[in-house]
Amino acid sequence: MEEKPVTDKLVTGADWEPLIVAFFCNWCTYTAADLAGVSRMGYDPNVRVIRVMCSGRVDPQFVLDAFAHGADGVLIGGCHPGDCHYVEGNYKTLRRYHLLRRVLADLGIEPERLRLEWIAASEGEKVAKTINEMVEQVRALGPLRLSRRFREWDAELASLEAEVKRGEEVAAHV
Amino acid sequence: MSDKPKIAFYWCASCGGCEESIVDLAEDILEVAQAVDIVFWPVAMDVKRRDVEAMPDGSILATMVNGSIRTSEQEEMAYLLRRKSQILIAYGSCAHTGGVPSLANQFSREQILRYVYEEAPTVVNEEKVRPQPRHGHNGTAVTLPEFRALVRSLDQVVEVDYYLPGCPPTPKLLKQAVLALLSGELPPKGTVLAPDTAQCDGCPRRDTKPTDLKINEFKRPHWTQIDPNTCFLAQGIVCMGPATRSGCEAQCIKGNMPCTGCFGPTSRVRDQGAKILSALASSVNAREPEDIEKILDGIPDPVGTFYRYSLAKSLLRAKVTR
Amino acid sequence: MSEKKNGQVRIGVYICHCGANIADTVDVKAVAEYAATLPGVVIARDYKYMCSDPGQELIQQDIEEHQINRVVVAACSPSLHEHTFRGAAERAGLNPFFVQMVNIREHDSWVHTEREAATVKAKDLVRAAVQRVYFHKPLEKRRVPIHPEVLVVGGGIAGIHAALTVANSGKKVYLVEREATIGGHMAQYDKTFPTLDCAACILTPKMSAVKAHPNIVLWTYSEVVSVDGSVGDYKVVVKRKPRYIREDLCVGCLQCIDACVFKEPKFDDEFNLGLSKRKPIYIPFPQATPKVVVIDPEACIQLRTGKCKRSCLEACVERGAIDFEQKETYEEIHVGSIIIATGFKTFDPRRLPQYGYGRYPNVYTTLEVERLVNASGPTSGQVITRDGRVPKSVGIILCVGSRDENTNRWCSRVCCMTSLKLAHLIKEHTGAEVYIFYIDMRAAGKGYEEFYQRVLNEGVHFVRGRVAEITDWALDPSEEGKLVARVEDTNTGFVRRIPLDMVVLAVGLEPQFDAHEVQRMFGISCSLDGFFLEKHPKLAPAPTYTDGIFIAGLCHGPKDIPDTVMQAGYAAAEAIALADTGYFELEPNTAYVVEEECSGCKSCVPLCPYQAITFKEDKQKAFINEVLCKGCGTCVAACPSGSIRQNLFEDEEIFSEIEGVLAYA
Repeated sequence: MEEKPVTDKLVTGADWEPLIVAFFCNWCTYTAADLAGVSRMGYDPNVRVIRVMCSGRVDPQFVLDAFAHGADGVLIGGCHPGDCHYVEGNYKTLRRYHLLRRVLADLGIEPERLRLEWIAASEGEKVAKTINEMVEQVRALGPLRLSRRFREWDAELASLEAEVKRGEEVAAHV
Repeated sequence: MSDKPKIAFYWCASCGGCEESIVDLAEDILEVAQAVDIVFWPVAMDVKRRDVEAMPDGSILATMVNGSIRTSEQEEMAYLLRRKSQILIAYGSCAHTGGVPSLANQFSREQILRYVYEEAPTVVNEEKVRPQPRHGHNGTAVTLPEFRALVRSLDQVVEVDYYLPGCPPTPKLLKQAVLALLSGELPPKGTVLAPDTAQCDGCPRRDTKPTDLKINEFKRPHWTQIDPNTCFLAQGIVCMGPATRSGCEAQCIKGNMPCTGCFGPTSRVRDQGAKILSALASSVNAREPEDIEKILDGIPDPVGTFYRYSLAKSLLRAKVTR
Repeated sequence: MSEKKNGQVRIGVYICHCGANIADTVDVKAVAEYAATLPGVVIARDYKYMCSDPGQELIQQDIEEHQINRVVVAACSPSLHEHTFRGAAERAGLNPFFVQMVNIREHDSWVHTEREAATVKAKDLVRAAVQRVYFHKPLEKRRVPIHPEVLVVGGGIAGIHAALTVANSGKKVYLVEREATIGGHMAQYDKTFPTLDCAACILTPKMSAVKAHPNIVLWTYSEVVSVDGSVGDYKVVVKRKPRYIREDLCVGCLQCIDACVFKEPKFDDEFNLGLSKRKPIYIPFPQATPKVVVIDPEACIQLRTGKCKRSCLEACVERGAIDFEQKETYEEIHVGSIIIATGFKTFDPRRLPQYGYGRYPNVYTTLEVERLVNASGPTSGQVITRDGRVPKSVGIILCVGSRDENTNRWCSRVCCMTSLKLAHLIKEHTGAEVYIFYIDMRAAGKGYEEFYQRVLNEGVHFVRGRVAEITDWALDPSEEGKLVARVEDTNTGFVRRIPLDMVVLAVGLEPQFDAHEVQRMFGISCSLDGFFLEKHPKLAPAPTYTDGIFIAGLCHGPKDIPDTVMQAGYAAAEAIALADTGYFELEPNTAYVVEEECSGCKSCVPLCPYQAITFKEDKQKAFINEVLCKGCGTCVAACPSGSIRQNLFEDEEIFSEIEGVLAYA
């Protein structure tokens, strides 16, 4: 009998909303997000933006940490190739992104859950569009919520721990 | 029984190499044996679990557990030894970061059991018999430990005081650790008992690594004539050295093989694989996605390469959908 | 752990209402109440306007009375008010870098409508900041000295005005112009609206002033080819193209032009847009500055073939200013700040074939007509069509390449007024009937509406409608030999056919053809339309996101001469202020290697685009020169042993932010 994949056990109820962590570079994408705000371009409220000076600062550990702590998707926003405020930090990001995607794929995380977009300071509209698109994509994929899965995975430990405790108590009484 | 401090060794999911490394202390082991009482060491001594259970809690000064945790029995032993020991040391990569066995976290329990008991080319098992946790036979119940869904490092199961890294740890590090235990001069809890810099510090080939490294191609070691004096990365061979803690005395490098990362990351790093990934990818000499991909094709198994010893302790821990 | 390092952490959290801007969408009270429950938070308040003086005093008071030592302000974007709240902290004796801002306006209340979701988001972001600020460290601001010299790129009216303003303040200015003369587009105009004073009369004195100014180094026929460094010290390399004339020797007597083996001018005269001809050796226009001839290497027989009598050399034998061997040279300069005033190009109306430009000789652009009506232009000010007639009816079509989904969406701002001016001048010169085809007339500006009324009263016909096409297909005898504008007159609701002798296309304004390369070279940004992006559309319309680089004039977007001059003056004032202050405060967000942690693996060394990282052979460790480091953090992310830190963006700070926003995931 095929074991049930872990996903099925996860809550997919109405309370789930995609949660996306975004790393935006200060000069292009963060500014574009500010512009989207100034221009009142509405978009889905599912993104939490973390500002870094350059997309090159985005350590792949940050992406994995976000997934591990429950993000359903991670978005990295940087300047267009050639437009990087720091000359070519974004090329380093691009290369890491390609390798990281391979690792994620091998570890069962759908490639759509990690997205790299070049968004210039003037492209407020692209911020809104990218976020909405990604929220939809991730919504279609369903929850990742590794934080919850880890708790589920470790439930097998908890049962033994409780059993051992019980055994000890019994032993103490005898 | 003497008043000498009591020491125990135990193995969980491991290859036995860590046990060998204890013997590798050679003559020094006699000194150790004189200074301490080894109260439990299944590989070398006939002491039963119930004997350990009978020991007062905390009566063992230090227990070194090697191997990762895959079965319920290993968990039980981890709990037991934790309770009986003042200091619990995760010994070797498997106990420290999951080790090679934790690469199995890329597969489900079902995949593993099916392969091992049914599909492996050397297996003949027409009835597809699988080990069961409980089996009734002639009115008696036989139990087997449960096979857990995940491989875990020791500290993912019980609290660990210190770590001796390596696959296996070197005798030198073991000796230093034992001396520290006996002297009572111990570093803060949670310390990995090895230097906190990466492999390149002290690497005999460091001088040959250029300061403007650009990676045009990743070569696999067994397909390459490796220059014995030049930095592996400068030759396009993935070396985990920059992301791996030092202390191994560069044994692999001296044997003309690149570092595969068994000593785990430094204390500043949460995910060894992510870090070597970041460092290597940053130096890939391409700007267009297709060119980048072409170069990355040179690493056919990035998880197996970057997380060879640390998948259990990586941020993602396992393949998410198994 | 952190307690030992940073003492007891006492966090104050301040949630700004921004009037109704935030409070209407985010339940600020709930966010403040929630913040108060977070570990380390001693005080959490909400207030109508945190950036106001009383708002800032609130923070200062809490620092003094409640020993707050970390401040989280949830308000607008940090790009607006981070410095405000850092200042408040500093005034109360707290290191300003213990302040963290949360953007709950631009990133939250302004982009979401659902109150509940927006409030949850605000709480998540506040929690992340609270967790992050815990790890903040006291930092020192970095100061870099400012080279007092200023580079102005582009010698149109914007560059000229900026250069003169800076030079008048006593600072040295380098003015670099690509063409052989300064003057730019303004030099090509005849009269200027709405006052109708002659462009040359007001421009040429300023051009001469530039040439004569002791503080201005004028390099025409030159281009910036590389820019390195940053605010305070930009290293700029300027290519000086060979004009085959020694500028220091030429006096502008122009005898060489007369002497040229080409007896007649034969080559298109760029200044007159090809409406007249020039020789291979020429001066762009009589008032060209510097008044130095130039040789066109594509046209000159000597430069093309090496086989010419070189009669020009004879004409200049005394001064010897002609130098066929001249090669391009490169000048390297160091400047503290840069004003970019690289101008614009006009829309190429061939892209709208329905208007027949390039097909019908009597279809002109506004710029061409500027030359036609100019007394020193190709026709000495006579409006004569290409087929030699004085037009009796002239149609001016507005918004050609402006306000058009198919070409450019923006309004080019000056075409309405330019067309009114040209209508007036054409009428004055020819007495023709003039039609203006418009969508809306835009005459906002001092004296502009009055000028519009004046032209209306002069009897110019205004037809509201976008012209469908210009055709030479006559439907009745009155149309024979004429161009016909087919247009729906939306005021009357009729489709009309208006026969015309001359059609003028009021072409829109576009970014320079190489704006993108310029943008990249100087490390600034472009707006969606391709014009250079200012730092703030209202409050900083000349600075850019790159400190020490300012933009002026039409490279930033369409504008008229007064606005250009104002912006150029503003850019100059900013550059002067920077030079006078003498230093610039940088974010202390540099990276540094922790020496005892570094393994010397050299992974970081090749990644720095500023060569700030070196490998110290004696110590076998990497070292970051913080003066050169710009704080991108790329090396930090790449360091495989986690031995490089970035101030303000340490791993711990970012991890705690990530985990903060995901606390309930």
